[in-house]
Amino acid sequence: MSIPAIKGRAFSDRVLLVLVILLSIVMIAPVLWVVGLSLKDNAELMADPNSVFHAPYTLKNYINTVGTSSVFIWVRNSIIVSGGLTLGTLILSSLAGYGFARLNFPGRHILFVIVLFGLAVPEQAVLVARHQIFSILKFHNTYPGLILPGLSASFGVFLMTQYFKAIPKELDEAAMLDNASRFRIFWKVLLPLTVPAQATLGIFTFLGAWNDYLWPLISATNKDMYTLTVGMASTQTNFAQSEGIGFLMAQAVFAGAPILIVYLFFQKYIVTAVSGAAVR
Amino acid sequence: MADQLAMPHTATPAASVRTPSADIYAPQWRNIIFVAPFLFFFTTLLLFPLLWGIWLSFHKADTFSSGNFVGLGNYVRLYNDKVFLQSIWNTFYFVLLTVPTLALIGLFLALCLNRRTRTAAVLRTLFFSSSVLSVTIVTLIWRIVFIPNVGLLSTIYGWFGATAPAFISNPSLAMIGIAIATIWWCIGLPMMLFLSALQQIPRDIYEAAALDNANRWQTLRSITLPSIKRTFILVIIIQIVLQFQLFGQAWLMTRGGPNNLTKPIVLYIYDTAFRRWDLGMGAAASEILFILILVAAMAQYLVARNKGDRA
Repeated sequence: MSIPAIKGRAFSDRVLLVLVILLSIVMIAPVLWVVGLSLKDNAELMADPNSVFHAPYTLKNYINTVGTSSVFIWVRNSIIVSGGLTLGTLILSSLAGYGFARLNFPGRHILFVIVLFGLAVPEQAVLVARHQIFSILKFHNTYPGLILPGLSASFGVFLMTQYFKAIPKELDEAAMLDNASRFRIFWKVLLPLTVPAQATLGIFTFLGAWNDYLWPLISATNKDMYTLTVGMASTQTNFAQSEGIGFLMAQAVFAGAPILIVYLFFQKYIVTAVSGAAVR
Repeated sequence: MADQLAMPHTATPAASVRTPSADIYAPQWRNIIFVAPFLFFFTTLLLFPLLWGIWLSFHKADTFSSGNFVGLGNYVRLYNDKVFLQSIWNTFYFVLLTVPTLALIGLFLALCLNRRTRTAAVLRTLFFSSSVLSVTIVTLIWRIVFIPNVGLLSTIYGWFGATAPAFISNPSLAMIGIAIATIWWCIGLPMMLFLSALQQIPRDIYEAAALDNANRWQTLRSITLPSIKRTFILVIIIQIVLQFQLFGQAWLMTRGGPNNLTKPIVLYIYDTAFRRWDLGMGAAASEILFILILVAAMAQYLVARNKGDRA
């Protein structure tokens, strides 16, 4: 707000600043607490929680995380599932987006309306039936079982259709004069122009798949097929005994830090993707 | 349009442009090949399960078969199931706790952080950062905040010689505990939506207001808030749809307890269908959730369409 200063403004600004700082402490403090606990020896922690605030700190919990838990298998599964789903979504959405935006075929309009309707269907409404279908197909505890449901999401198609529509038609028509095929126009002329939308959709899909909990919880019941989210949750069950708190916290940091670092790098895209997804 | 643009060159290309553009936009079956791959997955994994789920909800089904037709039997059982009715109430209570708070804090943060300073940028990044974490990590963080003895909250209360409220085990506080964790997790999106709405308000309106010696409160009330009214409604609806789907936080923080007081509809579905393997009843419960969400989603569509009409 670049409005010229008005009397009394500085004071109210300061009040607001204090409020915002308080809220940001609420945002940070729990995370710092977790990091702190992850660096402490369990016995010491049990004796005195305040020991978090002073040395000695130890990396023992992290060494245990890396050494003993299945966390690497889960990270690998999460990478395969999220990567596969992202790649699949980008391919399907780009093709369909181009099709809906640029080509005409019988029933195009009604098909697009049906696809839009898909946006309003929550995962929970199809969960039970999907589970039964996947049981019959023996897809549970496989990578396709974890990846395929995400490919039916309409959001990517909707986003890419809008994006292709925004590209001037003269580009296709010029290429058409050179007798380029439909697919060639799509691949060589239009697709390179959609890179920003691809990035947005890609990051959005990857993040959503990485953090997905409900479907992997139901579908992957074999410990070796857990994704990171489900695997991490499964180790929390012995939480109450609180003998492994430092260890659990180290796992949390181990699982959370990479995604936060990715966020810091791709902030701009992530924010656009997430708020764009919501508005539509 | 095509030949108008081609005109300036010569007359001949203009004529040849017209011919292809006439048939390229005619409906052709082979064009469907571009949308076919997506439609295959959309039909088999969304539309078909959607209809199959409705079918299942009228049957006494288990994992592999759709058993006997029971008509509205599952729905009648749901209606008579105290736990299900409790879960509907719990979900509404949770939505009531989180949605207005998210909207108001989100709006407050957006108003404060809508400036081009480095601090504001850092704070925006901070407030959105929790949104990228998975529900597992968020609940782990908040359980360690709320847990007695080593918890952050009990440590802080301990400094003052007080006992922290038991946000997880106390029946009247458990849902509030889940709501706090959820607000912490989800605050980024409403803030970002409000920020992008604020940035679309033309600057000259503010300049005019400043010339009229409008004070800050007047500017906020008569310019800023009316301009983002639509976004406010949109944020509320989006959050209702999102928070209606509460599952992970409740499952991981309280398992729906104590006494089913924090069991939301989705957790009820999960319990019924995937732990008691009563798929028919689970499907019936998910149809009811679907209808509730559809109503909210339709409201979102109407608000979004209104914007299109005005533009």
